[in-house]
Amino acid sequence: MLYREAGDFKTSYEDDSQTFPIAFDRYRYWVVLAFAFLVVPFIINDYWANAIVVPFLIYAIAAIGLNILTGYCGQVSLGTGGFMAVGAYACYKLMTSFPDVSIVVHIILAGGITAAVGAAFGLPSLRIKGFYLAVATLAAQFFLVWLFNKVSWFYNYSASGQINAPERTVFGVPVTGPNTEAWAQYLICLVFVTACAIVARNLTRGSLGRTWMSIRDMDIAAEIIGVNPLKAKLTAFAVSSFFIGIAGALFFAVYLGAVEVGEAFGIQKSFLVLFMIIIGGLGSIFGSFAGAAFLVVLPVVLKVIGVDLLGWPTDLVAHFQLVIVGALIMFFLIKEPHGLAQLWRLAKEKLRLWPFPY
Amino acid sequence: MKMKQLAAMALTATLAAGVASAELVIPDLSYRTGPYAAGGTPFSDGYQDYFNMLNARDGGIGGESVRILECETGYNTEKGVECYEATKGEGALIYQPLSTGITYQLIPKATADGIPLHTMGYGRTSAANGEVFNWVFNYPANYWNAASVMVNYLLEENGGDLSGKKIALIYHNSAYGKEPIRTLEELSAMHGFEFTQLAVDHPGQEQKSQWLQIRRERPDYVLMWGWGVMNQVAVQEAANIGFPMENFIGNWWAGAEHDVTPAGDAANGYKSLNMNRIDASLPVFDDIRTLVHEAGNAAGDGSNVGSVLYTRGMYAAMLAAEAIAKAQEIHGVSNVTAAMVRDGMEALEITDARMEELGMPQVGPAFSVTCQNHGGSGLGIVQQWDASAGTWVALTDYIESDMSVIQPLIEEDSAAFAAEAGIEPGCM
Repeated sequence: MLYREAGDFKTSYEDDSQTFPIAFDRYRYWVVLAFAFLVVPFIINDYWANAIVVPFLIYAIAAIGLNILTGYCGQVSLGTGGFMAVGAYACYKLMTSFPDVSIVVHIILAGGITAAVGAAFGLPSLRIKGFYLAVATLAAQFFLVWLFNKVSWFYNYSASGQINAPERTVFGVPVTGPNTEAWAQYLICLVFVTACAIVARNLTRGSLGRTWMSIRDMDIAAEIIGVNPLKAKLTAFAVSSFFIGIAGALFFAVYLGAVEVGEAFGIQKSFLVLFMIIIGGLGSIFGSFAGAAFLVVLPVVLKVIGVDLLGWPTDLVAHFQLVIVGALIMFFLIKEPHGLAQLWRLAKEKLRLWPFPY
Repeated sequence: MKMKQLAAMALTATLAAGVASAELVIPDLSYRTGPYAAGGTPFSDGYQDYFNMLNARDGGIGGESVRILECETGYNTEKGVECYEATKGEGALIYQPLSTGITYQLIPKATADGIPLHTMGYGRTSAANGEVFNWVFNYPANYWNAASVMVNYLLEENGGDLSGKKIALIYHNSAYGKEPIRTLEELSAMHGFEFTQLAVDHPGQEQKSQWLQIRRERPDYVLMWGWGVMNQVAVQEAANIGFPMENFIGNWWAGAEHDVTPAGDAANGYKSLNMNRIDASLPVFDDIRTLVHEAGNAAGDGSNVGSVLYTRGMYAAMLAAEAIAKAQEIHGVSNVTAAMVRDGMEALEITDARMEELGMPQVGPAFSVTCQNHGGSGLGIVQQWDASAGTWVALTDYIESDMSVIQPLIEEDSAAFAAEAGIEPGCM
């Protein structure tokens, strides 16, 4: 019905290997993009931006980053929170040291700095893998948070150890600081998330992505057919950290505006992003978005239902949230280990055959 | 038919919302879950019960009933921001975040939105400079006052001389815990005591190595900046290494009943600061018990009345209610806006007579707020835990802090903030 493929012929290799091979998917993609860029900025308000949409977009970037490392290259990482902190602190130092340079440049540079740090912490991946690598990246998480708490140069020697984002503008419109309009905050995140998703999608289906996937599927076989594991693993760590660094910079500068490293970038953040890619789907860009949306929106929805509609005490609802999110994670791991992306893929398969399944 | 019903329902809902907006809306960003719930719950209970009591007894403030919007933050800044955004649109008059992290988030946002913040004894200390932080109030006292009050108390105990003494600070490794360090460093240079710092990471259950270091270095006094589960663990660890409890002094967020009771008799003699006196027999508590608890409107389970943090929550609510009443008086309308409440807070004057009238004599120090000074009097008392009686005993009267040390620090930090945020200092 929706996914009618009759008459949709591919006549070139480019057509055959495009991201959205089905015509309906292609149109839908453009419609979603147009809606996000042309309609949402006019209807978004402070609540929607700060409580739901902006965190969703930022977590989607972080999830894409972790998905490249874990989903595509098979290197388990628990250091996401620490790498986000690197992005945030790099952005803060750049913003305060070079106030005249555009914030967009700073965010990208923060991603670059995080990529270097990530690659350094990725070095042990050449010798160890799986569970042991997870523990090594966990060390990165704790070390980085400790570092940003300990060395006062990182927070410009402020008395409290907090970092505050000063006001910065893009084309004269403030995108950080308290006077930021909801639409500006939303649009800058949207631009970054779109660019990151397109870059990530194209990297993962190019030769680099293929070397990552070969390492993930069987590293010894990959080495035999000529994949350089050093290059593949380190590029995966660097690219992944680049995206996570951008997410950290946006998280600090655009979303929260003031950050305390232990609280904002603690181990919970690493777990949260890991849950996002597990629920969303490992090795899928769409899965990163789906997982981020799921884990950002679910607590808010549960709160609205529990407190605002049913009038339950807030602490009861908060405890129920933990129970429900935990139960859903278990449910997904048992029923659909490949996550929401796989559910979506199956639904699409069914729709393509509908109404004549075989 | 169904559509008609739906439309009618939607219409009544909007009408109801329209009527509701004529109330005084006060959000309560509480936390009754997580590692800090032990402190968040009694404070929030006291805060809500006082407003509910005003509704029941006086029909609200100046004839306008108070509507409380409770939102659970779990002491988490992201949830705090979500709560702020979710409640501000309903006409919120004043925010009391009860978390230094959330306060730092909300200072720029609330300033831009024009809603006053009351961060009583926590938050950004330099917000005491009202010319830079027009919308932020931290009366009756702030962290730097607390640090100075502690040192002044120790000076008094030691005959005015602390030179050669060793004082250790065990602190929560966050913005909250780091606040007193600058002041204590200045005071250590001034009074010649040796000052060491020991950080405890969130949430604070892991303190073995810090207390080993205390055992090795044998400081004369240990000061503590802790909150939530960290306090209980610290008191227990101090008991375990046999540190003399009377030389262990917590700040006012580290001195409630639930912090010391888990350690049992071992906690006997532990001292802490307090910014409000505690007395479970205050007349205001009788009103709360009869008008709120017996009517079934208690915010929590009703077991906290009269405890340290319940009293402080109630005190915070009283200060907010007095500021709203002041705003009503200044502007001559009962249905005040957030901007008017700010004016009320800036003109606030709390006298002993007024506290007596409100049924809470001597609960806090008398003070007044001015445009330049949003920090109040900066007084604090020292109290000591009596484990056998299960009560806190006030050891001192209100102790003054050394403003000659604190004021320059406030000026310096607020000037840095003003430069960073591009604020031209001045009264509104």
